[in-house]
Amino acid sequence: MRRPRISLSAVVWLTLGAAYFIIPLVATGLFSLRDVQTGKCCSLAAYDEIIHSSAFWTTIKLSFRLSVETIVVSLLLFVPTIYWVHLKLPRMRPVVSFLALIPFVIPPIILVVGLLGFFKDTIHAPFWYLGNPNYFLVTAYVILAFPYVFFSLDAGFRAIDVHTLTEASQSLGASWRTTLLRVILPNIKVAALSAAFLTLAIVMGEFTIATLAAFHTFSTYIAEIQQTEAYPAAAVSLLSFLITWLAMGSILLIGRQRRVGDAVAVAEVEH
Amino acid sequence: MIPFFAYVTLFLFLPSAYVMVGAFKDQHGGYTLSNVADLVSTPNIRHAYRLSIEISLVTAIAGALFGVLVAYAAIREGSPRWLRSAFTTFSGVAANFGGVPLAFAFIATLGNLGIVTQFLYNVFGIDIYANGFSLFTKTGVELAYLYFQIPLMFLIIAPAIDGLRTEWREASANLGGSSFQYWRHIGLPVLFPSLLGAVILLFGNAFAAYATAYGLTSALNIVPLLIGADLRGNVYFNPHEGQALAFGMFAVLAGMMLLYLPLQRRASRWAR
Repeated sequence: MRRPRISLSAVVWLTLGAAYFIIPLVATGLFSLRDVQTGKCCSLAAYDEIIHSSAFWTTIKLSFRLSVETIVVSLLLFVPTIYWVHLKLPRMRPVVSFLALIPFVIPPIILVVGLLGFFKDTIHAPFWYLGNPNYFLVTAYVILAFPYVFFSLDAGFRAIDVHTLTEASQSLGASWRTTLLRVILPNIKVAALSAAFLTLAIVMGEFTIATLAAFHTFSTYIAEIQQTEAYPAAAVSLLSFLITWLAMGSILLIGRQRRVGDAVAVAEVEH
Repeated sequence: MIPFFAYVTLFLFLPSAYVMVGAFKDQHGGYTLSNVADLVSTPNIRHAYRLSIEISLVTAIAGALFGVLVAYAAIREGSPRWLRSAFTTFSGVAANFGGVPLAFAFIATLGNLGIVTQFLYNVFGIDIYANGFSLFTKTGVELAYLYFQIPLMFLIIAPAIDGLRTEWREASANLGGSSFQYWRHIGLPVLFPSLLGAVILLFGNAFAAYATAYGLTSALNIVPLLIGADLRGNVYFNPHEGQALAFGMFAVLAGMMLLYLPLQRRASRWAR
């Protein structure tokens, strides 16, 4: 049988869809190449300005550090929990997966009202917690990342035989620690890495909580520079897109054996 | 399990409960309904909720329609496989690309000095800003939201479209059914719960969005920006007003979730 050809209406819709997404990126790219003095194309001055800006380097380093910390805390907290749920408490799975839906009804803008009100105004948490992004923001970001980490890890655990692996490992005399680190973890590596890259994308772009809690992260830097310098702002916006692209691309790359759609997950980060 | 529940309680439940309870308190610590009543009776707040709901509805419905058409075009028979993977990858990135950088990408495109704005003026002599368009209004915010709404729709609906089996279409054709009859009696009824569920998710996604709108115009009167202004302390002096605003937002989103869950269950019937 002859392979059916692509239909005309499909071509129209795909072209329109592609145009809607590519035009703003191309425009941002062209904008970033405009000359700071004349506003004409083409100059790399905007990029030059960014790489020589100390605010750029401090904030992007901070955001990256926060991402890594969030990933570490999330995995330490959720891997053993989800492992335990799959191994011993399958009845708890609906409970945990219901909890993973809560961030949908408590988005960052509500969470930040609660976090500031509760920790600052009510229990008067010490300044080392409230004033330090490595504590305050990371604890909040673990909550934001929770749904993505959960659905990613849950799929990973469902794909392996947790019981057999655990019994085999323990009958050979391994401790819980050894079982988790050397038997289970290598088997859910792809899921854990997907969760890590999704978290990276979330934290690198998170703006709402960072700005309202008065921290200076990469996204608040972009917001500030946008007020004053248009062309460098275009350059960092493009860079931010590139970071998201790299994070998502890595997920696809490590998850090659799995279906593409599953790997990217239904991701809705804060916008 | 214990560390997990302790963590979720401390950093999610207690702060959320604080908002819910605080919405019903007055400044002296007593309980009152007046903060929540203000949501309806204060014209400015009522307007903010109406505008937020309007923007979320428009971008959810438009995003869903456009998204499902693009997804169907990429998945249907005859479209090459690589197109589908390309669109899926791109949707994964675009659905996650939001906030201030997205706002700026639209400023570079359709702002006063944007590339497309200037192109339309230089080539066709059309000055869109003289004709009433502005990126820094409701329309502009909606255009920017569609940038993540359409790809999100693509990601949500693609598995459901996969669930439409070729056999059904063939069976319908064998029995003499037209393409219209196929969609009217088979395709749409099967897809309907997924479509409605997706519209709800998209609605919530736009309703809660703060950063993109903030990056375009902090002057737009929508609920997230109102809460933000309140937290920054330049509009109200009563913290319970902000908590009531957040509570109202939670109520809308929780209502959406209650609609979504049964739809989700119904939609999964046809999933492979």
